[in-house]
Amino acid sequence: MDSAVLTSVTDGSIGPDLDKAPTGISGLDQILAGGLPRGRVTLVAGSAGAGKTLLGMNFLVAGARQYDEPGVLMTFEESAAKVALNVRSLGFDIDELVRTGQLVVLAFRVDPSEIVQAGVFDFEPIFAILDDAIKQVGAKRVVLDTIEVIFGAFGNDTIVRSELIRLVRWLDDRDVTVLLTGERGSQGGDGLTRHGIEEYVTDCVIVLDHRVTAEISTRRLRVVKYRGSAHGTNEYPFLISAHGFTVLPITSVALDYAASEERVSTGIPRLDHMLGGGMFRGSTLMVSGAAGTGKTSVGASVVDSACARGERALMVLLEESPDQVVRNMRSLGLDLRPWVEAGLLRIWAARPSAFGLETHLAILAGLIEEEKPSVAVLDGITSLSNGILTTELASSVARQIDLLKSRGITSVITALGQGEDVNARSVSAMVDTWLQLRNIEANGERNRLLFVLKSRGTAHSNQVREFVLTDHGVELVDVYIGAAGVLAGSARVTQQAAERDEQLRIAEELAHRRRELHRSVIEREAHLVATQDQLDAEQTEISRIDLREGHLVADIEADRSKMAARRWADDAPHNGEPR
Amino acid sequence: MSEPYPDNDWTGADTGEQWDLVVYVTDASPRGLRAIENLRRACEEHLAGRYQIEIVDVLKNPRRAAADQILAAPTVVRRLPAPIRKLVGDLSDSDRLLIGMELRR
Repeated sequence: MDSAVLTSVTDGSIGPDLDKAPTGISGLDQILAGGLPRGRVTLVAGSAGAGKTLLGMNFLVAGARQYDEPGVLMTFEESAAKVALNVRSLGFDIDELVRTGQLVVLAFRVDPSEIVQAGVFDFEPIFAILDDAIKQVGAKRVVLDTIEVIFGAFGNDTIVRSELIRLVRWLDDRDVTVLLTGERGSQGGDGLTRHGIEEYVTDCVIVLDHRVTAEISTRRLRVVKYRGSAHGTNEYPFLISAHGFTVLPITSVALDYAASEERVSTGIPRLDHMLGGGMFRGSTLMVSGAAGTGKTSVGASVVDSACARGERALMVLLEESPDQVVRNMRSLGLDLRPWVEAGLLRIWAARPSAFGLETHLAILAGLIEEEKPSVAVLDGITSLSNGILTTELASSVARQIDLLKSRGITSVITALGQGEDVNARSVSAMVDTWLQLRNIEANGERNRLLFVLKSRGTAHSNQVREFVLTDHGVELVDVYIGAAGVLAGSARVTQQAAERDEQLRIAEELAHRRRELHRSVIEREAHLVATQDQLDAEQTEISRIDLREGHLVADIEADRSKMAARRWADDAPHNGEPR
Repeated sequence: MSEPYPDNDWTGADTGEQWDLVVYVTDASPRGLRAIENLRRACEEHLAGRYQIEIVDVLKNPRRAAADQILAAPTVVRRLPAPIRKLVGDLSDSDRLLIGMELRR
């Protein structure tokens, strides 16, 4: 009769032959790879207040409204009126569905004090009543809300047990998808339910859990068993909000966000440059750092830049009021008020202690639904757990990031802390870009340094920058890296001045030395000239002496010849040298 | 287990009230027939002339069963005298029958 529905269901399931009945809870259907096993019995176990009834109601309402599958609710928990009233506050109009013949509500009140058991019995009336109700509306879905209450009420649990097994089998054989709820034992015994009814339900078992850790309530869901079908096996947080039952699977089932190549400016030009041109659209930037490092201003810059481009933005503040942030940011030259007035920016603030993590997540989901922002800032997420990034918070933050990513929202998350602990790392796995702001304290002042710890898909700068808050926005300045390490602020300025002085001194010294050498060279050159002159003079004199000596010898020879001639002397042998 | 029921133990015998009972059974099941039989015998014995028994077949009238909050069969509902009492089973346990119906204090 509804082949279109069947086709769509089969398309969404992983098991080739397993037909699914969607619960209408998108996250849950995702985990269940399409929905509950069609025509079979599913058990939803959980402690009181875990959300079993609501899950059942969601299943029925979705069936009636979206899948043309009328339903039957048999409840043993509250009166029919109460059930209707409870879910109307969540957006379901049960009366309307009953009036239009899409739902039958059978409410039973089982009061053990009113019942006396006197002999053997069976639960044939339950079968007859269900059979009639199913036929009445052509029901395809049946919810039995905590049928377990019949245990103990009829004085003979052996009969109750065997009748219950018979009922589950009977339902399994019918062409209806059944959701059975079961109460979790308070002692937390071996079984999933107080009376072990999970033993009769062979196809699909879902466990709901409601934990309060450190005053923060978190609801979790787990698919314990799903015969013949792939399913997510983790614990998935869920929430109950004005929109009903919402399960937010962390992307373990599918990582299928569209990855944009488009770059979005952070509003801080040098940061854009460090990130290789800005953030990728739809990516998540985490800014972590100690108190007062200027995390919020990064978020505000991103928001300001988005609004300036005419995009819608959302700021969720968990530490300060909107007025405070607007004022503080104005002192940095970031005026957010015009954007708020133009309806481009929604600033939402709440005391983190006012809500549990799941409620916070629900609020975020609601805000995103309403505002449809292209950019979102979650400021001070660590405030959600008193400043400590606990495992619960990390998981919640991961879900928030997942929510933002699944909507293609470019987001900035600011977190307190230096990010060394494990939980910060687990969150960091979800973020695309991680900036860390660090205070360095020296010379009686604190300065901020910015590091890009990681940035996916981007050749990002490995440089440390000084993060300066000016009256015209956030600026990044090169830090001084010298022998004394990284210097920022006035230390950087001082160091730079000192360096200039030093250079000047060296230059002067060199000039002085040069002058000295010049002088020396000139002196020596002069000296050299004088020496050469003297050398020349001396050589001249030597030549003159040589000459004179030659003349002298010749004169003596001449004189001797003259004398010999006068004396008529023989030629004397030439060996007699004159002295 | 048949045992003597001393007359002074009976409450219904003294008050003279009218008893209004409904038995919910499934078709003509032996268990249902047995319950009707057991109930009739007890009533005849202790409420002669002051009781009426309506028999409802839940298979034929499931909506009546739902409206009357009947989950198990056979079930006897004492509508009058107030307060409403419910007995579940084939009423083979006569002690429980009498105590459950407040026929005996």
